[in-house]
Amino acid sequence: MEFMQPATWSEALAMKAAHPEATPIAGGTDVMVGLNLDHGRPESIIDLTRIRELGEWGSDDGWLRIGAGVTYTKLIDELGDRLPGLAMASRTVGSPQIRNRGTVGGNLGTASPAGDAHPPLLAADAQVELASATGTRRVPVREFFTGPKQTTMRKDELIAAFLVEPAAGPQQFSKVGTRNAMVIAVCSFALALDPARRRVGTGIGSAGPTPLRATEAERFLEGVLDEQGSWDRRTRVSEAAVTRFGELVASAARPIDDVRGTAAYRRHALSVLARRCFTWAWAAA
Amino acid sequence: MRVGESVQRSDGPAKVRGDFAYSSDLHAEGMLWGATVRSPHPYARILSIDASGARTMPGVRAVLTHEDVPGQKLYGLEIQDQPVLAFDFVRYWGEAIAVVAADHPEQARRAAEKVRVEYQVLSPVTEPEQALSANAPQLHPGGNVTREVKIRHGDQSARADVVVRGEYEIGMQDQAPLGPESGLAIPDGEGGVDLSIATQWLHVDQEQLAGILGLPKEMVRLTLAGIGGAFGAREDLSMQAHACLLALKTGRPVKISYSRTESFVGHVHRHPGRLAYEHGANRDGRLVYVRARIILDGGAYASSSTAVIANATCFSVGPYVCPNATIDGIVVYTNNPPCGAMRGFGSVQNCYAHEAQMDRLAAALDMDPVELRIRNAMETGSEMITGQVIDGPVPVAELLRRVKAFPSPLGAEGQGDGGGMHDLTAMPGGVSNTTHGEGVKRGVGYAVGFKNIGYSEGFDDYSTARVRLYVVDGRPRVEVHSAAAEVGQGIVTVQAQIAGTELGVSDVVVLNADTGVGSAGSSSASRQTYITGGAVKAASEAVCKRALELAESELHPASELRIENDTVVGADGKQIVSLATLLGDAVIEETREFRPRRTHRLNPETGQSNAHMQFAFAAHRAVVDVDTELGLLKVVELATAQDVGRAINPIAVQGQLEGGAAQGLGLAVMEEIQVKDGVIRNPSFTDYLLPTILDMPPVRMDILELGDPNSPYGLKGVGEPPTISSGPAIVAAIRAATGREITRVPVRPHDLTP
Ligand SMILES: Cc1cc2nc3c(=O)[nH]c(=O)nc-3n(C[C@H](O)[C@H](O)[C@H](O)COP(=O)(O)OP(=O)(O)OC[C@H]3O[C@@H](n4cnc5c(N)ncnc54)[C@H](O)[C@@H]3O)c2cc1C
Repeated sequence: MEFMQPATWSEALAMKAAHPEATPIAGGTDVMVGLNLDHGRPESIIDLTRIRELGEWGSDDGWLRIGAGVTYTKLIDELGDRLPGLAMASRTVGSPQIRNRGTVGGNLGTASPAGDAHPPLLAADAQVELASATGTRRVPVREFFTGPKQTTMRKDELIAAFLVEPAAGPQQFSKVGTRNAMVIAVCSFALALDPARRRVGTGIGSAGPTPLRATEAERFLEGVLDEQGSWDRRTRVSEAAVTRFGELVASAARPIDDVRGTAAYRRHALSVLARRCFTWAWAAA
Repeated sequence: MRVGESVQRSDGPAKVRGDFAYSSDLHAEGMLWGATVRSPHPYARILSIDASGARTMPGVRAVLTHEDVPGQKLYGLEIQDQPVLAFDFVRYWGEAIAVVAADHPEQARRAAEKVRVEYQVLSPVTEPEQALSANAPQLHPGGNVTREVKIRHGDQSARADVVVRGEYEIGMQDQAPLGPESGLAIPDGEGGVDLSIATQWLHVDQEQLAGILGLPKEMVRLTLAGIGGAFGAREDLSMQAHACLLALKTGRPVKISYSRTESFVGHVHRHPGRLAYEHGANRDGRLVYVRARIILDGGAYASSSTAVIANATCFSVGPYVCPNATIDGIVVYTNNPPCGAMRGFGSVQNCYAHEAQMDRLAAALDMDPVELRIRNAMETGSEMITGQVIDGPVPVAELLRRVKAFPSPLGAEGQGDGGGMHDLTAMPGGVSNTTHGEGVKRGVGYAVGFKNIGYSEGFDDYSTARVRLYVVDGRPRVEVHSAAAEVGQGIVTVQAQIAGTELGVSDVVVLNADTGVGSAGSSSASRQTYITGGAVKAASEAVCKRALELAESELHPASELRIENDTVVGADGKQIVSLATLLGDAVIEETREFRPRRTHRLNPETGQSNAHMQFAFAAHRAVVDVDTELGLLKVVELATAQDVGRAINPIAVQGQLEGGAAQGLGLAVMEEIQVKDGVIRNPSFTDYLLPTILDMPPVRMDILELGDPNSPYGLKGVGEPPTISSGPAIVAAIRAATGREITRVPVRPHDLTP
């Protein structure tokens, strides 16, 4: 196995161009587990941890541009106020050790339907910045995932960063797992409210082949809030509407039965999570 | 370091710092690495094995199959039914078929993949009921019933005022020791072998290995390597024989260390079970009869199934007086993963059933569940359903009263207040932010259990200890040598405490366990402090007696002397001579075997017998918050009362009570090996979930030291009782919170939701 350690981003992109089959490694919390479980034997590995700018973040035209190598711990510490939904999700990832190593870039790279960073990125309509030796492109997160562990990223590309607007309103994230910490999601739900634009954003995790949006639920809730003039007056939303929102979220899911839970439970739990997340978010709006 | 003092474990600091050398860290110059070829089928006929491709792979030094086993090709703790390397058939998913030794572990693994095995795949027997059906394939020559235990006690047609029935199902729990199976075999160049190994019983490994290798026992020497947990998983052989065979074949040291996934097929598990119960009681709540049928799935090989089913049956009613009992316990062979010993050993499965039944009975009688238990509680002189009369303290009612009397835990259910700060770690779902109090209901549940300490049914239970007293650098030193396996329970410290107490010497060294001294028996059945402790005590007393004889004079007969603080003192407490001066160059050494009182086989027709040596009792109260909409849980508190007879090392006793309760909690709410069509679906810690610190609550404990008149210092085994009633108490609390029946563990979220 060849082990490459580029010192700069352009060097990394050149290596990826020359070795399209090479496996990039950031925190290694997925890659090393895969190696230990003998799930694959990569011919070569490109270690991205020497590239300083990957671990940094800044602003870009009103958006936050966050390097693919920013760890969950750093994200919680430095961006928790601006990205509360993503920070809540980050707090549920693994253990302190995993959050110290693991990155959102790695979560996107693995593209597991259970990746906890994905639902809040979907709810906030984030973008993924992909780079290759020949150029850079930005892909909306909602187009990024194409199947279980599959994305639109080409073999010669690397994830440079993701872009997300600072929260314009309340955000929530909830994750069901069968133990109270360090658990892979049985299902999860993220919600982002944008009162100024009158927009509702959602993300569903671990209940379909990819992370999903509950588009119909979003439009329904936007309609309810518009109709009642609730965005401005913050009036109470009827229980029936909240319940309906939960049902629509549940019906957007495409879950299966597996070792972590049943499809029926996942749907049920998602309707509960959606109701609760909205109630909490609305109380804070 | 004396008996009764809380002593920090000798291995603690190194383990916390990461300095402790576990068996997986073993190393020898020029060693080879072993890898194992395993069956991808739960049941198949082996048509051929072709290792030629593997033998020519780079770095490969040997590839062995059953043909290379020089001695006995079958082994097993109670029944020799398990192939060292499979031949004719494979009977479970992951069964070992061939082993490879290579220069590098990756070379060994790659070569293992190149061993070609041709199978005729057979349809596996995966349900115990299926195994018992007339047209099931016979998995072993004697049929599919590994053992049937019958208890016929009292009136077999007794009738009662109130009758409750229930059927319960227990999932397959794993011991999940953090240290994988591993060891290092070094050939001695003269045909023998030295094995460093993480095991629970050096001598039973030695005996089995000698048979397999076709060598006299003296040529197979074992040394205990650092153990990362055991809990029953290290009673059976795993890689021991494979490493020795490869080392003897290649003439090189061979190390084998299982991966996590491999570990899940490399050791036995706790028996899953189905238990059907009927309880009959009088209107006043007194038990009239219990009828039960207990079926345990033993998986592909017997391991310790025959003893586990005996326990499950003998203790099936719980620590209650029950004049009439009809119990059928049966353990069967299937093509599921083999099951054997795990902490609690048969008394865990049945406790879920008898405690659920007691709660049902209490509900049917409209009685307080604790009151009902106390009304039926065994006491000194009570008769078990096996006819054995229990002597010594039997504080069942007292334990129940104590757990009931504990104050309620602070904080209200679902501590959320609808806004502001929530301590998510106190909520069901924890930091995953699933509730701020919505849907949360609190329940309280109680359970009590008991089991045997030490071996039962006439098995020769003994341990051996060698104690030496000599002078180094002008100070007396005591050296203790036994083969007792330190599996994390603290037996090293206990041995030092006992020798230090008996000999009045402060410098006590406990040598590493090996087969250079007689057998200590296994570190299981909560027996080691009792039995090896007893042997160390006896050997220390013998050494002490000889030392005092040296000091004897007309003025001071030996019988009036004792040793205190490295000095011989007289009856009046006056110092007579320092031990160092007295001994000079002399070395006093004594070896003793210790045996507790004898036990007897169960009568095969009635199950009546004095089958057990000592009994230990514990009770638990659990307080659980349940998110009734999501089915998520927070065990808020566990409270326990346990009679330990005498706490030799109180801080270690507390550790056992906490750790044992955590393992009980695991089975109650999350730990399960999921087996489908004979294949383990979750062989990793990603999906085999163990409780974290956010799942395991603080344990309130009341440790009673009532003193057993028959045991050394009055002690009782403490390791297993915490694992027995903790889980059933939690499930009772979940029932109380949700009003649901819950007849299966572990309880899953979808069992609690619509
Ligand atoms: C004990 C444990 C607990 C965990 N708990 C959770 C959890 O609760 N929730 C959760 O979502 N995940 C969890 N994970 C999985 C893992 O920690 C996360 O997916 C994490 O985000 C991976 O980040 P990393 O930097 O370690 O990725 P790595 O392992 O370094 O890489 C992951 C994947 O991304 C690719 N990759 C990494 N960086 C780039 C890049 N810049 N460009 C292109 N591809 C790239 C890699 O090639 C690889 O395919 C857990 C893992 C462990 C070991």
